[in-house]
Amino acid sequence: MGGTGKMKLIVNGKRLDGRGLADLRPMTIKAGVLNKADGSAYIEWGNNKILAAVYGPKECIPRHDINPYKAVVRCRYSMSPFASFEEHGRTGPNRRSREISKVIQEVFENVVLAEHFPKTAIDIFIEVLQADGGTRVAGLTAAAVALADAGIPMKDVVAGIAAGKIDGQIALDFGKYEDNFGQSDMPFAVSLRTGEVLLFQMDGMLTKDEIAKAIDLAFEGAKTVSDLQVKALKARYTEKEEKGVAPAPEALPQEQPAGGQQGEQPY
Amino acid sequence: MDILDEVKKDFVRDLIAKGKRPDKRAFDQYRNITIEKGAIPSAEGSAKVHLGQTQVLVGIKMDVGTPFADRPEEGVLSTNAELLPMASPTFEPGPPSPASIELARVVDRGIRSSNAVDLPSLFIEAEKVWMVFVDIYVLDHDGNMFDAAALAAMAAIENCRMPKYRDGKVIRGEYAGPLKVGNRCVTTTFAKVGQALLADPCLDEETAMDARITIATTPDYVCAVQKGCAGGFTKDELLSLVDASFAKGNELRALL
Repeated sequence: MGGTGKMKLIVNGKRLDGRGLADLRPMTIKAGVLNKADGSAYIEWGNNKILAAVYGPKECIPRHDINPYKAVVRCRYSMSPFASFEEHGRTGPNRRSREISKVIQEVFENVVLAEHFPKTAIDIFIEVLQADGGTRVAGLTAAAVALADAGIPMKDVVAGIAAGKIDGQIALDFGKYEDNFGQSDMPFAVSLRTGEVLLFQMDGMLTKDEIAKAIDLAFEGAKTVSDLQVKALKARYTEKEEKGVAPAPEALPQEQPAGGQQGEQPY
Repeated sequence: MDILDEVKKDFVRDLIAKGKRPDKRAFDQYRNITIEKGAIPSAEGSAKVHLGQTQVLVGIKMDVGTPFADRPEEGVLSTNAELLPMASPTFEPGPPSPASIELARVVDRGIRSSNAVDLPSLFIEAEKVWMVFVDIYVLDHDGNMFDAAALAAMAAIENCRMPKYRDGKVIRGEYAGPLKVGNRCVTTTFAKVGQALLADPCLDEETAMDARITIATTPDYVCAVQKGCAGGFTKDELLSLVDASFAKGNELRALL
C-alpha cells in the first residue's frame, strides 16, 4: 500500500493497461491443484500468481493453542523471494506478511463454522509466487476457494478486492504501478450473503465521500470475483462427477510466457 | 485461554446489550486522557499518554543514515512497538507478536499517509538523510492501545527536536530546532459488541468485542484504516464510524 502520486496513471479516462476505472484485471481461478492438501486453489489475477492450500481440521499443535470449543483457524501469507520484478526478496515472514496473515486469518475466523471441530486446527497457506498488486485480496480469494474445496463448512465464500484512488479518481483493482504510485489503497473483503465487510484496510488520503464511493465499487467488484469463485468450485465438482472419483490434480492452468518452461509439473 | 475472561465476556455483552458500559461511559465517550510531552529527556522527542488506565510511552531517536532506494530524497521513518510483559499477563517476552506488529504498522500508516513527519525536509545530501525511529512502549494495557499509541506518537513528533549535525557527525544533546511537522494525525478506535458500537473500548470490552476498527484522520481526510477481529461491519456502519472518527479526532487533536 502507499504511494507518491507522482506518476500519470489515467490518460483519457483509460488506465495504463487500457482498463476503465471500475474494470477488473483478467482473472482465472482453479480449485483442487495440489495432491496432499485437503483443499487447494490457484489464482491468476493480472500478473499475480498465487497458490492457496488448506489442511484440516487436524490435530492442533502446539497443544497450548487448542480451543476446547472450536477449531483454531490459522493463516500464513507469504511471498516468494522471486515474486517481484525487482531484486531478490527476503525469504520467510516479515512484518508486512505477518500483519497480512493476521487480518486474513480474522476474516476466515468469521466464516468457518469452527464450532463443529473443537480442539482441532485448520491451517490456511497462501503463497504468492508472483506479485502484481492486490496480493492480499487475491490470496484471500484463492484461500476461500481452497477452504470450500477442502469441504470445510463455511457461512460464505468470501471475496476479496481492492479499491483506491489514482490520479484523484476512485478506481478498482490496482496493478503494481497503480499500487506504488496511486494516492490511496483500500484492500477489502466481503461476505456477499450478509453484506458484512470482513477485511478493511486503507492508507493514503480519502474523504468520507471517496470512501463511500470506493466501498460501492468494491461491492460491485466483489460480485464479479464471487462469480469466478463459484465457477471454479463448480468446475471442480463437475470434474469429479464425470470421472466418478476425486480427480488427480492436473497441471495448473498455464499461460506460456515467451521462452517459458515446457513444464509438465510446475510444482 | 482464560476462563475468567470467558465468564466476564458474557457479563459485559449482556450489560452492553442493555445499553450500559462496564465503566458507565456513554457509547461515544472516551476515557480521561492526559498527555505528558517530553517525558523522557534523553530522547529527541517523547510523550507519555494515559488513556484511562492504559499507559503508552513513545520515544523518538534520530540518526543519520542512507535513504531507501526508491525514495532517495526523503528521510526514513521507522515505527516499532513493544508490548512489555509488565503491561499485561497475556504479553510474553520474545519476538514481536502479530499484535505488536499490527499496532506498529497501523500507527506508522497513519503518520506516513498524513505526512505527519515532513520526510522531504529530512534530506541532508546525496545518500544522507535523517532517520526517525519511533518506538512505542505499551506500559500498562487496559484496552485501546491503538489510540493511546497513535496519540503518544503524534505528541512525541510534535515534541521532537532535531539534533545538531556538523562535519558529518550528529552532535548529541545539542539541538538545531524542532522537527518539521506536517498534518496532525490521530486515530479513533471503535469496538463492535453485538449491535453496539463503542468508542475507546476498555480491556473488558475488547475481550467481549466481535470486531474492532481503527480510523486515522487529519482534520479533512481519513488517512488510514484497520479493521480487526473476526466480526464484520456493514457499509452504513463504516460510514457512520468515519463521521464519528472525524468528530472524536478533532477532540483528541485539541488535547495535543
